[in-house]
Amino acid sequence: MRFALACLLLLANAVYAAEGKLKAGVFDPPRAAPEFSLNGSDGSKLQLSRYRGKVVLLGFGFTSCAFVCPTTLATLAKAQKKLGPGGEDVQVVYVTVDPERDSPERMRRYLAAFDPRFLGGTGTPEQLANVRQDYGIQATRVPIGGDPKNYAVDHSSFVYLIDREGKLRAMMPYGHSADDFAHDVAMLLKK
Amino acid sequence: MKLAASLTAGILIASAASWAAFGPVGADDREEAFEIPKGTWARRMAGDKVEILPGEVRLMLGVKDVLVLRNRDDVPQVFGPVLMMPGQSFKLPFEMASSYQFACTAHASGQMTVTVEPAPAVGWERLAWRTRALIASGGWAWKS
Repeated sequence: MRFALACLLLLANAVYAAEGKLKAGVFDPPRAAPEFSLNGSDGSKLQLSRYRGKVVLLGFGFTSCAFVCPTTLATLAKAQKKLGPGGEDVQVVYVTVDPERDSPERMRRYLAAFDPRFLGGTGTPEQLANVRQDYGIQATRVPIGGDPKNYAVDHSSFVYLIDREGKLRAMMPYGHSADDFAHDVAMLLKK
Repeated sequence: MKLAASLTAGILIASAASWAAFGPVGADDREEAFEIPKGTWARRMAGDKVEILPGEVRLMLGVKDVLVLRNRDDVPQVFGPVLMMPGQSFKLPFEMASSYQFACTAHASGQMTVTVEPAPAVGWERLAWRTRALIASGGWAWKS
């Protein structure tokens, strides 16, 4: 009887451990996600603190991005749908690394193609450089051909997961599935 | 007497080989850890070229498949792909064999690669892997 009980406890622990792990990379201890104030794609001031109580998925990219950004945003849109009603407690925030081309209106149109609830953030090059520094984001302009207006931006492609209390809990590298995002967000929403 | 000893030795070797070829590869500690020691920033400021992370980190599913980065220094540092506060650690699990590229300013190429290999297949591949690990160090592969 005791043996059976011990086995059950062990099994329960194993199940808990398996469920209790995020798929993303986890920060320990988590720190407060650095605050920023940018021009939101909805016309308002985009401040992280506005979304306390929600899980924020914070990514960096640009609307002219050919591959990484559309893939990431499509994955996030799918994940949010997978969460069902829980998806209402999730806010996707995408901060541009290309302020010259990404106006709030351009970001609004671009993000709406994935999910109209997504919010974009833009600002002056200095404001955005400060945000990138606070989050350890790399972004390098890469010229295409001889035209100075034609360029791409190599940038960090991961997505930060910020919990309801505004703590920077985890980082999901590029390439993870919508299921992985939904799994981790569901865990953060429960806490 | 000699025959019995040889027979026993043969059985033991065969048992060990079959375990090595067919035994599971799970390890207790699946973390591959790298650490920024205290004083690294000061050393860098003094002109020392401090390399902590290799350009390529190799992991194996089920054996060593969790990359752990720790910042023991007194200042925030970009370590691998992430910005880490003093005393903070970052633990990144991998579930798929692949080659992962991360932007990393610590490397001259601006990139860090994490190569995740699948666990060795049951049979000869696993036996050869365990034999190599035994020859190399007598380390974790045999303990698993």
